[in-house]
Amino acid sequence: MSFELETAKLSDKLRRVAIEPVSRVEGHGKVTILLDDDDKVHQVRLHIVEFRGFEKFIQGRPYWEVPVMVQRLCGICPVSHHLAASKALDIVVGAAQLTPTAEKVRRLMHYGQILQSHALHFFHLSSPDLLFGFESEVGKRNIVGVVTAYPDIAKKGVLLRKFGQEIIRITAGKRVHGTGSIPGGVNKSLTREDRDFLLKDAYQMVSWSREAVQLIKQLHRQNPALYDVFGSFRANMMSLVAPDGGLDFYHGALRARDADGKIIFDQVDYQGYAELLSEGVKPWSYMKFPFITALGEEDGWYKVGPLARVQNCDHIPTPLADAERNELVAYGKGTPLGATLAYHWARMIEMLFAAETIKDLLHDDDLMGDDLVVSGEHQREGIGVIEAPRGTLIHHYRVGDDDLVTMANLIVSTTHNNQAMNVAIREVAKRYLDGKKLTEGLLNHIEVAIRAFDPCLSCATHALGKMPLEVTLQDADGNVLDRLAKIPHGDS
Amino acid sequence: MSGSTLVFGWGNPSRGDDALGPVFVERMQHLESTHPEWGRLDFQTDFQLQVEHALDMRGHSRVLFVDASATCPAPFSLLALSPAKDASFTTHAMTPQALLHAYTELEKESPPPAWLLAIRGERFELGDALSPAAEQHLQAALAWVDNWLTSGIR
Repeated sequence: MSFELETAKLSDKLRRVAIEPVSRVEGHGKVTILLDDDDKVHQVRLHIVEFRGFEKFIQGRPYWEVPVMVQRLCGICPVSHHLAASKALDIVVGAAQLTPTAEKVRRLMHYGQILQSHALHFFHLSSPDLLFGFESEVGKRNIVGVVTAYPDIAKKGVLLRKFGQEIIRITAGKRVHGTGSIPGGVNKSLTREDRDFLLKDAYQMVSWSREAVQLIKQLHRQNPALYDVFGSFRANMMSLVAPDGGLDFYHGALRARDADGKIIFDQVDYQGYAELLSEGVKPWSYMKFPFITALGEEDGWYKVGPLARVQNCDHIPTPLADAERNELVAYGKGTPLGATLAYHWARMIEMLFAAETIKDLLHDDDLMGDDLVVSGEHQREGIGVIEAPRGTLIHHYRVGDDDLVTMANLIVSTTHNNQAMNVAIREVAKRYLDGKKLTEGLLNHIEVAIRAFDPCLSCATHALGKMPLEVTLQDADGNVLDRLAKIPHGDS
Repeated sequence: MSGSTLVFGWGNPSRGDDALGPVFVERMQHLESTHPEWGRLDFQTDFQLQVEHALDMRGHSRVLFVDASATCPAPFSLLALSPAKDASFTTHAMTPQALLHAYTELEKESPPPAWLLAIRGERFELGDALSPAAEQHLQAALAWVDNWLTSGIR
């Protein structure tokens, strides 16, 4: 099966434009667009160079090493992998129910990660597009441009992120490669000094997060013709929700709604994810295309992440974020928002939720408890699911009698969003690129749509000289007609 | 030199030669106690350079950034850095030049003098160990930094 603009007829008669790699997203991504002589768009694809070595990297290791080593899969969200692996291995060590101290320390770590990740994404990766415009001067459209033009906004972004990093340092033991979460619990709790150190800034973070929500709402209000329409599409959505239907990033059961908001399934134990979800393959992409098995590949694809989560839940358990969620939901007038740029609005509501939750947790003395680990009857298989900054993250392990991992399966957030991102860029291509001479600014529209999902494409290496952005225009025979390159130390 | 030197290595320790930055820092930390002539040092590592690292430069008299490079001449190259409003169109990661510029804007003062030590790497796949060539380049870089810290050569 094929979706609109996925596969062109007579593709050998068309020109090919490639955006490779997509900039300001993690890892390597490539967009190819096939155009005819009149610049009409016939095919758009987001290709993801997904690294399929995860399983090999993990297999054969002792299970207790896994929560630490999986952090090295991704330089952007190591804490998500750390915690998803820990949750899966909690099941393996017979510790489905943690002590209050262990669960709250992990929650604090996770909400700190959400806060810093969302702050980085909005203030430093997306705000250049949103504040300056998609077709603004390319040399200004980056974080340094934001720091220069909007120093106050940029500084708050830096300090929000720094605060989140401090939470990770204190709960995980180190800023990078922390060891705080272990199968069955945590290996340290907070001292009173740790708690007081974080608490002194916690209220300021709530205040700045509120301002960030107001900023994105203001941008939305100023240009509804853009924000309501850009990359808009209908899709199912999936996320974890708490038992009462509330938003919860750390734990819950799976829920999915359709594009009209109707429940598809609810409160499904994620230990059964394999029966619920399937993964389609396409010959042109290394990354799989997950879908809800019962609905089939054509109708069962879905989106995850902030816009899915905020609309999939029934409420947010903190007052300020809940009020903001109500406003977002009301904006949809009874139908879930499908506009890609609404991801930013939802993301800032989530950042506010994270800041409020952190502040509340820091008033909970359980964080300083000393009952850290539980264990029970060991199992040979465990599944852990967490709502990572970019969406639902699934870790699934089997462990042999020798305690070595025999099977690992990871479904990362970006894989869940694979079809949704492809649909989003096709909508953008149809609306903004069709029939026009391509410019860097127009091509950036495609990247803006991808960036809204904050994809973490391959957790790739970043070494100097490894990641230029290159746009190549080729004819049907593959001859290079034009080339535009952006490199880290200069303009295009 | 008064004040401390910040040595900041970045890269993913599990991606082959991408580990050169963090491993360089690790080796220096191991050697530090036997080299009092190096002066006061602070160390930091991370997967990538991020904007909040601008704040980590506060209070240091100079900064040595260390990263793997797929393109520099072997065994390593040294570049004196200036703040630059470059595009940094490289995913979530920033360049050290852009980081220095962010420092200037955030702190309203010039950043400490900074250099980039780029060590040549050859392979960058997940699960790879440091390649033999990268290990040789690393040894050369460590010999250089000993001289650099001891003599103050820039």
